This record gives sequence, C-alpha cells and structure tokens, in this order.
Amino acid sequence: MTERVQVHEPFVDPAQQHAADMLGMYIFLASEIMLFGGLFAVLFVCRLLHPQEIAAASKELHLWIGGINTAILLTSSLAVAIAVQLARQGSRRAVAISLAAAAALGAGFLILKAVEYRLEYSDGLLPGFSTASKFANPATHLFMNIYLIATVLHAVHLSIGILLLAGLVWKLLRRSLQVPKRASVIAVSGLYWHLVDVIWIFLYPALYLIR
Amino acid sequence: MTSDHMVDAASHPAQPGIAETAEERVSYLRAGHTLGSWLFTSDHKRIAILYFISVTFFFFVGGAAATLMRADLLTPQADLLSDEGYNRAFTLHGVIMVWFFLIPSIPNTFGNFLVPLMIGARDLAFPRLNLLSWYIYMLGGLFTIYVLIAGGVDTGWTFYTPLSSMFANGNVVLAATAVFIVGFSSILTGLNFIVTIHKLRAPGMTWGRLPLFIWSLYATSLILVLATPILSVTLALIAAERLFGIGVFNPSLGGDPLLYQHLFWFYSHPAVYIMVLPALGVVSELVAAAARKPVFGYQFVAGSSIAIAAIGFLVWGHHMFVAGQSAYASAIFSFLSLAVAVPSGIKVYNWTATLYKGQISLDPPFLFAMSFIGLFVVGGLTGVILAMLAVDVHVHDTYFVVAHFHYIMVGGTVSAYFGALHYWWPKIIGRRYSLAWGRLSAALIFLGFNLTFFPQFLLGYLGMPRRYHVYPPEFQVLHVLSTAGASILGVAYLLPFTYLFYSMRYGKPAGANPWEATGLEWSIPSPPPKHNFAERPTVTRAPYDYTIEYEESDD
Repeated sequence: MTERVQVHEPFVDPAQQHAADMLGMYIFLASEIMLFGGLFAVLFVCRLLHPQEIAAASKELHLWIGGINTAILLTSSLAVAIAVQLARQGSRRAVAISLAAAAALGAGFLILKAVEYRLEYSDGLLPGFSTASKFANPATHLFMNIYLIATVLHAVHLSIGILLLAGLVWKLLRRSLQVPKRASVIAVSGLYWHLVDVIWIFLYPALYLIR
Repeated sequence: MTSDHMVDAASHPAQPGIAETAEERVSYLRAGHTLGSWLFTSDHKRIAILYFISVTFFFFVGGAAATLMRADLLTPQADLLSDEGYNRAFTLHGVIMVWFFLIPSIPNTFGNFLVPLMIGARDLAFPRLNLLSWYIYMLGGLFTIYVLIAGGVDTGWTFYTPLSSMFANGNVVLAATAVFIVGFSSILTGLNFIVTIHKLRAPGMTWGRLPLFIWSLYATSLILVLATPILSVTLALIAAERLFGIGVFNPSLGGDPLLYQHLFWFYSHPAVYIMVLPALGVVSELVAAAARKPVFGYQFVAGSSIAIAAIGFLVWGHHMFVAGQSAYASAIFSFLSLAVAVPSGIKVYNWTATLYKGQISLDPPFLFAMSFIGLFVVGGLTGVILAMLAVDVHVHDTYFVVAHFHYIMVGGTVSAYFGALHYWWPKIIGRRYSLAWGRLSAALIFLGFNLTFFPQFLLGYLGMPRRYHVYPPEFQVLHVLSTAGASILGVAYLLPFTYLFYSMRYGKPAGANPWEATGLEWSIPSPPPKHNFAERPTVTRAPYDYTIEYEESDD
C-alpha cells in the first residue's frame, strides 16, 4: 500500500518518510509528557506537604463526572484507533466517520468538563473566579489551583486535538487527503490524540481517586 | 604544516571586489534574490543564516546591557544606574544572553547549516518546521524587545518566586512569555535534529562514523526536547499566579517557593549543557582539523557527550545548597555534580592526546579551540570547587559563581562559536578572510576575557556578592580591572564582523576544502549548491581519517 505514497523533499523513499514522521511525533509526545510531568511533580510535592488536607480537598471533586469523562475519552481513543486501521485499508468514508465520532466525543468531554467547572463555581471552589471562596483551609485552595491549571492545560490540548481531527475529517471529505496514500497522517494525528487521552488517565486518579 | 594553504586576503588590499565565481552562481546564496526568498525559505542553509543574523543582533543587545553594568561598577557608588535600573540591566543581560543567544547560538546556526551536510542529507527532516522554529524565535524576540522598551524586568534571569510571582514590579509576565515562546523554538529544533540524525544519514554513515559535532548536537537535542517543557510549564505557573492569582508556589497557601527552584533548575541546569555541548562538538572538529589526526578515542568523546546530557539531568540541586533543601539531597547532588567532571575531563584529555605529535596549524579556528580548552578547564575546575558543599556555602551567590559560569558560557561557548565561525565561514560564504586579523581577534578575545573575569574569581572569594552595584571601596581595583578587560572584549567581539564582512566581497574564493579537512561538508563546493549534494553520497571511510605524517621520534 505504500508504493503510491508521495515522497517529500529531504526523503528518498516512503518508508524513510513514514519512519521519520512517526519518530518526530513520538519525540514531540515525549516533550508533552515532560510538560505535564512538571505539573504532576508539583501535585506530588504539595500532597507530600499536606497529605490530609489534600485528600480531603480531593473528596470535594465530582468523582462521577470525572469518571464518565474518562470513559468518554477512552471510547474516543478506540474510535481513533479504528480510524488508523481503516485508513491503512483505504476506506475513506469510514475513516472520516470514526474520526468525526472521536472529535464529537472529545467535544462531549469538554462540555461535561464545563458543567463540572460550573458546579465547582457555585460551590465556591473554583479559584481565581469565585468571589465568595469557601475553601476549608489554604491547602484546599492550593489543591484547587493545581486542579484548575492541570485540567485547563489538558482541555487546551484536547481542543487542539479536536481541531486537528475536524481538519482531517474536512480534508477527507473534500478528498484533499487520500487514504491509504497518506495513512501516516492519520496515524501521526492518532498518536497525539492517544497521548491527550493517556494524560487524562493519569490526571483522573491523581486528582479525583486519591482521596 | 602552517597556514600556507590559505592566502591572506588582507595582503592584497584595494581590489575592487572579486567577481562572482561559478560555484557562487549556483549556490544556495544566489538561489533567489528577493527578501521573500529568504523569509519563506525552507532551505536549512538559509535558515541558518537567518538565525545567524538574529542571534548576532541579540548578542550585541545583551552585550549592551553588560556594558552598562560594567560601566556602573567602575566606582563603588551608584553613579550610572539606579538600584532598580541595575537590577533590570542584569536581568535583561541574563535573559537575552541565555535564551536568545547562547541556547540557539551554535545549534541553530552551525547545527542548521551543517547537520544535513555532515550526514549527507538533502535537508533536515522537517524543513518547514525548521522555518517555523525561526519565526517562533523571532516572536519571542519581539516580546523581549518590547519588555526592553517597556522598562524591563528586575527578577534576575531565574524568575525566583515569590519575588517574581508576588512582589516584582516589572514586566514579569511579558518576559516569561518571551522565554516560554522561544522554548518552543528550541523544542522544534531539537526534534528536527534527532529525527534527521536517526533517519536521514547517507548510506554508509553509521553511528560510528558520525562527526563528533553531530554526536554533541544529538545529545543537546535530547536535552532541548526533554528539559525545555519543564521550563514552559514552570513559567506558565508563574503567569497563572501573577495574572489570575492561581498560585501553586504561594507560601500563604502552603505552597513551596523552593519547589519553583527545583523545577527551574531541573530545566536550567541541563540548559547549561545545551549551551556547552555544541561547543564541545565544535572543538572536537577544530582540534582534529588543526592536528590533522583522527580524534583520540572517538567512541569515548562521542559517548561522553551522551553521558554529560544524561548526568546533567540529575545535578540541578547543586544550585540550592544554601536554599534549605535536605542535607542528604545536597550530598547526593554534590556527588553527581562531581561526576559530570568525568566525561568533561575525558574530552579535554582526548583533545590533548589528539594534538600530541600532530601537524598543528596555528590558524584562527585552532587558536579559538585552544582558548576554549584553556578557559573550559578553568571554568570546569572551579565548577568542581563549587560542587563541594562546604566551599559552596562560602562562595554561594558571589562573583566566584559569576566568574565560574562566564568561563564556561562566554570563555567556552562564545569562543567555540567564534571558532566555528572562522572554521566554516569559507564554506558558508565561499570566501577566505584575513587569517592575520583572525589570529589577532582570537588573541584579543582570550586576553580581554581573562582580564574581565579572572578578577571576578578574586572578588567572589573575597566576599563580593553578585547582583550588587554598590560595594565597599576595597573591591574597586578588581572591578576596574574587570571593566578594562570588558572594554577589550567588546572591541574584540566586534572585530571579526568587520573582516568577515569585508571578505564577503573582497575575499579570495575559498575552494571546496580550504583547510584540507575530512568530512562530507568539505566534499562539496563552497558555498554549497542549493541541493547540497549532486548525488547522494556513500560513506566508506572512518571519520577523521587523516593520513598521519609520522616523524622520526626519539621516545
């Protein structure tokens, strides 16, 4: 299936180009892991400094909304994985449908996340915006600060992912992106989506479950 | 063998320019004459030139801030700058020199130019990403210029909390944004280099045949990709605290300002190796070319680059020996910091062994390499001194530390930068420059540098703290010496730009290989054609396979 692939300037053959694209994405994802790694380090240290207060603060979070969102993101990753397989087989419409489904699930995650922020706002637990804050103690405030920064940073990444997938769907429908000729574009974008999912898989227990 | 193979252009003055050569007509330099052909190029060689112009600009902006500081320090009183103004001058000096000159200096100019040429590739793996990286750098640069015009920032280049997050009055968020933005430029460049070195090597260019400059850039790229994101997220946390009051370091909430220092140095200590590793790679190239011998212990020199990058991630705590971290942690960080001296020492010994009985030329690149080695050894050994817990308590935050890291960063990296410039200039531009002027500026830079920074070791040891501009009168003599040295250094840094610029029009055509060096980049015309290699090269020889001319020896 790779014999019809276009080869760009610095590359000499399609296999080399595909390997370079994948390696480039993996390295980018490594740097993303380090980006969130900094936040996990902050969370870890604050937890060590204030174990009881942070466990109590974690109980204030809406466990079930986070849980449903975890399920949504995992499902979206499944859809992306299916799209990557379908792209190799060259079924253009099916690829577009799975990617659109994944993007829609991602949007669903964001909507649910917004609902969760709204609930926390009315509880007076959302730092920076709630005027009448009702934090039990300063450490709770600290925890909510980390929670807000980590989830917003994740939401930004997810939004970029949604735009990326929506762009691919648009190109697939307009036939300006052809599969399986350029299946590696789908595979590389899929890697990004999976990483955003995996980061949430770590954020969810670190913020919600360790209570 | 001396420099006979290169004719001094200065000895033939008053020529009305030398006509365009056949090589130049088909070179990357003539492939498009419009501004757009430069600003929208994806040719790694042109992007290297864009970077060269930009980092040179920032080098002189950062230098201007240093000039202000050195002038103010001439007398014990505050006579040129206010306290606030002095704080802003050293902050901008640090921010600009670290992020807008030192980090991109060698990788983004010579790395961009040479990585594809040295491994036999057409371009970097992602040429448009490479151009994007330059635009991101320039955007960060614009923010910095704005900060400069808007009155600066006074936190020091380290942005320590809670000063930066709660108390500082300057443009902290804008300055942090500038550094945040330029970080992405670093990440993209590092990513591009790693993929290129893995996937685009010419047939026969095995890992064991890579030039040592490529090895050091590979190690540098690993740090760029893995450490820079930590800085990004840390600066984002400061911005969140300043802009929205969402603080995670705020002590009144139980946050830990020391945590900020951990995160900052987790990036910034490896960043020191981002700055010096490419310089170590350059010097390996220059030493081999000057000695006309294979590099002694190639595998060890290559491996030591990777070792420095790896151990460099584990030493950050030595910046916090007096900041209240656990004594056990300090002991471990102290040990690991000493361990970095081992791979650094391997390099210095192997360079020396390479020179042993070599046919040494005294051309400018080699003089710069020699001053690098000398200054790097002084900087490195004082680093070992600073890694000792007890000594560090005595000299922490004094001019001893300032002198130590300037020996590495300026004496080391900037010397190597100028060495690289003098070595590869005939390849990049295709013209020869005046060797006599080159030798003079190498000597002046070495002299000016030592006169500037050696007195600072004494000042620090005697107790002069860094970041103060009002000081007891007994320190004045040493400060005056330092400022005198800085003025020599300033002139010496300007000098190469005059004769190199002159050589662009009046220099003799360089020919493909003016230094008779090995390496794929010397096998193609100077300046290189737009497409680098007429056909894809196949490598069949070991690196640095100079024919050694043995002499009769009596030992």
